[in-house]
Amino acid sequence: MTAPTAQRPPAGASATEGTTARSRRGAALAQRLVVVRELGILAALVLLIGVTLIANPRFLSGQNVRDLMLSAAVLVVLAAGQTMVIITRNVDLSVGSVLGLSAYATGTLLVAHPGTPVVVALLAGTAVGALCGLVTGAVVAVAKVPSLVVTLGMLYAIRGLDSLWASSSDRLQINASDLPAGFKSFGGARLLGVPVLFLLAIVVVALVGVHLRSYRSGRELYGIGSAPEAARLSGIPVGRRVLTAFVVNGALAGLAGVLYAARFQTLDTTAGTGLELNVVAAAVVGGVAIAGGTGSAWGAALGALLLTTIGTALPQLGLNPFWRDAAVGALILAAIALDRTLTLRLAARLRGRNLRGS
Amino acid sequence: MAVDTAPVAGNAAPPQARAPRRQFTLPGGSVISTFLVLFLVIASFSVEGFASTRNAGFLLLDVVAVALIALPLTLIVVTGEIDLSVASVVGLSSAVMGKLWFAGLSLQTIIPLCLVLGAVLGAVNGLLVTRLGLPSLAVTIGTLALYRGLAFVVLGDQAVADFPREWTRWAIGSIGGTGIPNAVLPLLVLIAVTAVLLHATPIGRSLYAMGNSEDAARFSGIDVGRTKLWLFVAAGVVSALGGVFWTLRYGSARADNASGLELQVIAAILLGGVSIFGGSGGLLGVLAGALLLASVRNALQLVNVPSDVLNIVTGVLLIVAVVAPQVAAGVRTRTRARPR
Repeated sequence: MTAPTAQRPPAGASATEGTTARSRRGAALAQRLVVVRELGILAALVLLIGVTLIANPRFLSGQNVRDLMLSAAVLVVLAAGQTMVIITRNVDLSVGSVLGLSAYATGTLLVAHPGTPVVVALLAGTAVGALCGLVTGAVVAVAKVPSLVVTLGMLYAIRGLDSLWASSSDRLQINASDLPAGFKSFGGARLLGVPVLFLLAIVVVALVGVHLRSYRSGRELYGIGSAPEAARLSGIPVGRRVLTAFVVNGALAGLAGVLYAARFQTLDTTAGTGLELNVVAAAVVGGVAIAGGTGSAWGAALGALLLTTIGTALPQLGLNPFWRDAAVGALILAAIALDRTLTLRLAARLRGRNLRGS
Repeated sequence: MAVDTAPVAGNAAPPQARAPRRQFTLPGGSVISTFLVLFLVIASFSVEGFASTRNAGFLLLDVVAVALIALPLTLIVVTGEIDLSVASVVGLSSAVMGKLWFAGLSLQTIIPLCLVLGAVLGAVNGLLVTRLGLPSLAVTIGTLALYRGLAFVVLGDQAVADFPREWTRWAIGSIGGTGIPNAVLPLLVLIAVTAVLLHATPIGRSLYAMGNSEDAARFSGIDVGRTKLWLFVAAGVVSALGGVFWTLRYGSARADNASGLELQVIAAILLGGVSIFGGSGGLLGVLAGALLLASVRNALQLVNVPSDVLNIVTGVLLIVAVVAPQVAAGVRTRTRARPR
């Protein structure tokens, strides 16, 4: 999407200034759009919690909120990583399988060496995930194959590897009784009343969010996503950036695997099956456009929170929990329809400004 | 959905002369078909029990649902769109079938109702994509969740299993004792219809045109929106039919029937050489892809490889199928560039 102004040669100083001023205003407008989008999803979350509170005033009791945070932590981490990939106009469908492999690897490590510190377990899982992301990213960036296809293949391949490992090691399931006490207490640990797993997720979102917003390499991901060819021509190392996005996303999926292991403490080779669509859904609901170039990690994290909250709120509202998936689906459709409307309106306004300016 | 850094499949052709496009008309998919034949020959000799009538029957029965849904979905992918909600339509159609049967309706009434339901579900997808201009990937991820959710709303976690014997027996039975499942006959009819539509009619040509350049197609007078809408409706109807077949074949209507089948269907389509960007590929390749995936799984099962491990094969096949032509193209351009 090249703006018509970009193609016009600067005729003089004043024209150039006008163009920059206009593009600055355009950028401000686009920025406001992102803010509006995130406030919208926040409002939806607050509304949902508010309505549920009316139906059940104890919905926000300490234990309920902690359960909610624990359930959301894994999805929030995955959504933050997926955001980086989707922004570059790619997608990673293999995260559910990566999570499963990392969870199983961490579990095996902890069973074999019960004395392993939690930090080492976290790093090990993250490394497993980063390795998976490196393979995926290399195929996408070097062979230049559509990521939808590659990651669909990785979804199968990594899940199969997980099963192969589990069936050849005669340990199809790792139970809570097999895991060391230190790791189990990490799963339930709290800091100032907030589950540590959730705090970790927040830290991840903050890091990814700041990187995407304020760092050159982060901004370049948006450039790649909105116009890959233009990004390449303006000297952005597209292949390397995309590869990095996949590695980071893989690492975060690996980290999510350790969080999953700490939370559920019962692991088999089906851990995380089907999670990939939930993750993409969370990102899309949070305003990360599937066509690349827009969105933020905060939005995606809010999307993940909203999806998780819906799951726990429905029974409180007296609705059958079977409505959850249907509600999630409707929410995705509403989110993309809203995005479309906002984008069209933004485009129309920018065009109006350009006409007035020239 | 990809890094468009290189002018790969489709419209962005490099300035220098290119080899004439293969895989554009009917003979497309010859590579994957060759692989299929090779694999079938090797497996028949080396895997005990693979070539038996009984086993071939099982294999074909497993392929039916995937191949059936792959037909309309191939057309959709050729136009550059995608429909991930097909397996959820199978599930919803199955759930509704069970609910209505439980309520005492006859199958003669239920099946048309299911097909109408499929048409409506497909139309919802199609309208969101064509009228609102939303990306089909995002829309159908949404309806994937929505339709599957509705299936659970309809039937919960129950199963309805008391379907009439003559129907369920037809669904698993074979033609005369040949081992060829009964369901293959209607499937062949649908394959023929789709193949003619895609490869021998102006409509089929227009689908490729849309996939290569939607704007160019529109300027040449093709009603892009309406055509795509009808494709999504067709995918809905055929998936609903798949739901009816699935229910009868397993003798059980459940909301989670055919979960994850969309990925298998898409794997078959991509393995069959259809570009995910649209504009290229053919039906022969897709059917060969579906058969190859099913036979590899079947052969490995016969030599006692655990079924979960087969996922590795599916995944690697899929990746190789897309990477290999890319690498070949890269080598070709490099060797061509060297003399200068």
